[in-house]
Amino acid sequence: MRPALKVSALSRSKTALGDMAEDHEITKVQELIYTTRVESVMAPDVIVISPSATMAEARALMREKHISGMPVVEGDRMVGIVSMSDVMESLEKGSLGRPVFEMMTRDVKTAFSDSYVAEVIGRLGPRGFGRIPVIDREGRLVGILTTGTLIQSLLREMDIRYKKKEEEKLQSYRASHIYDDIVSDDTSLVLRYIVDDKDFSNAGKASSGIKKSLQRLRVLPSIVRRVAVAVYEAEMNLVIHTDVGGEITVDIRRDRLLISAVDHGPGIENISEVLKPGYSTAPQWIRDMGFGAGMGLANIKRCSDSMRILSELGGGTRLDIIFLFRDHPVGGGPVGGKRA
Amino acid sequence: MKIGELAEILEAKILADHHDHDFEIPMGGAADLMSDVLAFGSEGMVLMTGLTNPQVVRTAEMAGISVIVFVRAKIPPPETLKLANDIGITLVTTGYTMYEACGRLYAAGLKGLGPVKIENGTW
Repeated sequence: MRPALKVSALSRSKTALGDMAEDHEITKVQELIYTTRVESVMAPDVIVISPSATMAEARALMREKHISGMPVVEGDRMVGIVSMSDVMESLEKGSLGRPVFEMMTRDVKTAFSDSYVAEVIGRLGPRGFGRIPVIDREGRLVGILTTGTLIQSLLREMDIRYKKKEEEKLQSYRASHIYDDIVSDDTSLVLRYIVDDKDFSNAGKASSGIKKSLQRLRVLPSIVRRVAVAVYEAEMNLVIHTDVGGEITVDIRRDRLLISAVDHGPGIENISEVLKPGYSTAPQWIRDMGFGAGMGLANIKRCSDSMRILSELGGGTRLDIIFLFRDHPVGGGPVGGKRA
Repeated sequence: MKIGELAEILEAKILADHHDHDFEIPMGGAADLMSDVLAFGSEGMVLMTGLTNPQVVRTAEMAGISVIVFVRAKIPPPETLKLANDIGITLVTTGYTMYEACGRLYAAGLKGLGPVKIENGTW
């Protein structure tokens, strides 16, 4: 039995790592250039030269700064661009002593800092420009874009995204094995979330955390969706209807999930009325935001395997929602341990 | 239908871009009632709505919706945009009304969920 167990554990960890190789890096680059703005891939400190400087001075500056070209700026206005090929031309013509404005390129193609990289990438490279000055919408020179700055930034961005993804996989891997690692007859994981009343802008944070945690625990996606919808309805109820907010606890056992939304008031007068679809006591401003249609509890009931609501007017309300994992226990493998 | 096609058909402007433009959208739906969205939302679908508050994005997250279309050229407030960027939901805005936005997409072959009956155990 022992070696067989070892093999299956090994093959499982292999699949966890194998997923990473499935990423299509080419689409990732495409996606990046369509979603990254020029300002985040440009060099922000631009070396510039005055039009009255000589070509010899331009050559010396390019050498010193290890660059192959730079914008020509008069006051706060860009009047042209001068590059190494202009310097070489001056060398051939023996005109290194002439001012930059005589040799520079006057018709400069610029890019806006808030454009997407995809819009300008075609203008760079061997058949385009060596560098594109970047201006803001007021026409101020704010940076410079070269193939070098572009590649560097894109690689850095891809590295960050890759690390983030890898981290998410690791978190998911760790979380999904927690039940294997804890020694007990029966393990349950309890998550607690505080929900503030009338805090509409933060409403949904608890549900979002619960959804993410269940995904990391590798709960079946179809179950995660049902839980997410139910718990979000429950969280909105706490935000909309309670005086002092409440608490959501999620008790996760390998075979089932119990969600409790508990508050301390004002309580429900007539529970059977509240359970009727369409019945609502929500104020108009909540309805204007697309909530309070009286479908919450009906929706929760529909999503869950069982639902129970306890309430007392002037007291509090407790809503228990149960989801069964059935053939897909959390953590994989059969549900072991002793059961009461 | 791919996101790129959808944007073209709706002459839409992409406000938050979190999917490849050839990402396949399986179906569409429209509502201003978030409970309806939670009831009929399905994985990967596009939601047409006239609401722009951050809870629309939260609702989409919970229902597994990947793309939200704001109709009648509505632009969401910054907090909605920020939440969409944090979560990774694509937002677009179109000048068409809800009716016409839906009609154009449906005519181009984007299906809906079919008749939906809300009752217990319909998952």
